[in-house]
Amino acid sequence: MAEKKKDNLLELIKRLVETPGPSGQEHQIRAAVREEIEGYADEIRTDALGNLIVRVGSKKAGGMRVMVSAHIDEIGLMVTHIDEKGFARFLSIGGVSPLTCLGNRVLFMDGTRGVIGMESIEPGTMPTLDKMYIDTGATSAKDCPVQVGDVCGFERPFLDMGKRLVAKSMDDRIAAAIAIEAMKLVKKTSPNEIYFVFSVQEEVGIRGATTAAYGVNPEVGIAVDVTGVGDTPKGFKLNVELGNGPAIKVRDSSFIADPRVVQWMVNEAKAQKLPYQMEVLTFGGTDGRAIQMTREGVPAGCLSIGSRYIHTPSEMVDRADVENSIKLLAGLLNNKIELGEL
Amino acid sequence: MAKKMEAPKMFKPKMGKKELELLGKLTNALAVSGDEQEIRQIVMDELEGFADEMRVDHLGNVLVTKLGKGKKRLRVMVAAHMDEVGFMLIKDEGKGIFEFRTVGGIDPRQLVGKQVIVGRDHVPGIIGAKAIHLTTPQERKQVLPVTQLRIDLGPGGSTKAKPGDRATFATELQVLGPTLCAKALDNRLGVYNLIQLVKNAPENIDLLAAFTVQEEVGLRGAKVAAFSFNPDIGIAIDSTPAFDLPDYHGEENTQYRTHLDGGPAIYVMDGATIADRRLVDWLVDTAKAENIPWQFRQPAPGGTDAGAIHRVREGVPSVSVSVPGRYAHSAAGMARIDDELNTLKLLHAALARLDEKILLRQE
Repeated sequence: MAEKKKDNLLELIKRLVETPGPSGQEHQIRAAVREEIEGYADEIRTDALGNLIVRVGSKKAGGMRVMVSAHIDEIGLMVTHIDEKGFARFLSIGGVSPLTCLGNRVLFMDGTRGVIGMESIEPGTMPTLDKMYIDTGATSAKDCPVQVGDVCGFERPFLDMGKRLVAKSMDDRIAAAIAIEAMKLVKKTSPNEIYFVFSVQEEVGIRGATTAAYGVNPEVGIAVDVTGVGDTPKGFKLNVELGNGPAIKVRDSSFIADPRVVQWMVNEAKAQKLPYQMEVLTFGGTDGRAIQMTREGVPAGCLSIGSRYIHTPSEMVDRADVENSIKLLAGLLNNKIELGEL
Repeated sequence: MAKKMEAPKMFKPKMGKKELELLGKLTNALAVSGDEQEIRQIVMDELEGFADEMRVDHLGNVLVTKLGKGKKRLRVMVAAHMDEVGFMLIKDEGKGIFEFRTVGGIDPRQLVGKQVIVGRDHVPGIIGAKAIHLTTPQERKQVLPVTQLRIDLGPGGSTKAKPGDRATFATELQVLGPTLCAKALDNRLGVYNLIQLVKNAPENIDLLAAFTVQEEVGLRGAKVAAFSFNPDIGIAIDSTPAFDLPDYHGEENTQYRTHLDGGPAIYVMDGATIADRRLVDWLVDTAKAENIPWQFRQPAPGGTDAGAIHRVREGVPSVSVSVPGRYAHSAAGMARIDDELNTLKLLHAALARLDEKILLRQE
């Protein structure tokens, strides 16, 4: 059998999406990202909340201090009670739907595994998380390997479908992968001082980016995150579709992207002749809001990657969208930034 | 874990006559969010002469600095909110009758028939409702919304109170055997503990004590207090609900939040904060080393001042510790004296063994 050519992008994505890291437990994924970027950074620090802040370049004439933010946390579960028989009750960390829980397997931060079961419920009713439990294989409370406060994430291997890529935490590890790849493409000639922030605790309320943005004090900011798509049967009424290119966010329910940043992104996509699509999201929020609202206010936008099945263990993105997003982001960072009039 | 530091003298909190008198003053006071003057005065009188610096900021937080000795001292902010949930008069309808609204989270089912005190002079009144003689069976099935309730101060009420005045339940502290019974245990227990911590501050840290305002309406005081102190570590001390009652169907109670007699409740996660794991471990290790009973507060919605503190400036590693209490945000709650003393003991012991190594990340 012929040896398959090593696909560096897929290797990176696989590593990032398979590393567990629910909000507040980002140490493993932070270490993984750090290893990936070490050779490309001019300065690396971890702030008080655990954001990994990576500086590339320093400000030259006409350059700007830019913050790029991709969150490295993912949704997960936390144990709230171990019952007499050893079943672990839980609540969600971030937005976890009960529909995606039943029968799923979870991985605790110490490597313990469990499966999710449910009390019997009235036929035809929606399950709720408080009717569910994690079965760790324990036979009683005494031999249960987990305790109240322990954290787990969903466990699913990365799946390469060719054009489409599927994983449990494309939200937002695909953005971390895009940021890392764009970082590798930043040229010495860039006039900008770029802070790549791999932020924590986005899924519980955009908390990490709030303190990171204060610390970085950027002049312009871009969040990179996944966004909902409108291309599935009887799905959301949304403009974005898988494979139509990077999505340039105009608004979501947490913020209105700065129109100057939107235009700057559109101009760059056109200049590179990259496909792109405009994103108008009727829900959701990203690190972009935190950047925009920090200190005295910052022009901020968001580069989005269309994703199906967000917040399920099988989030799907399009590979070409990912590759084009890397090119778009690198182009934005490499050139002198011209923000027009408001 | 860092080795235990020698405290200059053993700190053994007790609940004697003097301590109960202070706790009574605190729980009986009227300090509904936005008008915390009464508690502020008690705090400042108590701490006169104990602090290196004491000031009141623009929102009304009392910010107390107690400097330690030695090098490389961590700046540790400990916050306890002074405000309580309660009421605000909104309209004088004449004859001593006032329309009012709730301030902070209060279940309207808790209101009817309660005695209240109004304004800085503690004018007595009651929240009345139609007598049972006059109600229909249908009416008795309905919860009376606050818009249909009035505070009745009796004749001449207009001369004693005015719209904008705050009101609270008229409950006074009682000791029922091992139990404290009072209104506003959330969070006068925290205020009491923070006063004791300042008076007995360990010398290895700079203790930045924030007696905060407006927690019950959205963690507002703590936000500006944390900005001002700019600490290395944040600890919110509070009182949290215990729902440790038998399940109605005789099944296992899985939603108790905390248990009375279980000791101080250490937070892992609530609706506003994911506690810093290094700080959670530090508290648990201290409790184990000092043989102090402790419990995790069940991860669940809700929030403490830590929710504001940890997001300030470039971020502050934060955690919360609460005294468990039944029937919070009502006319009368219950907490155990032992839980209160063990919480104070744990906080003091933990602070006394704190050094800068706690902030190292192992990865």
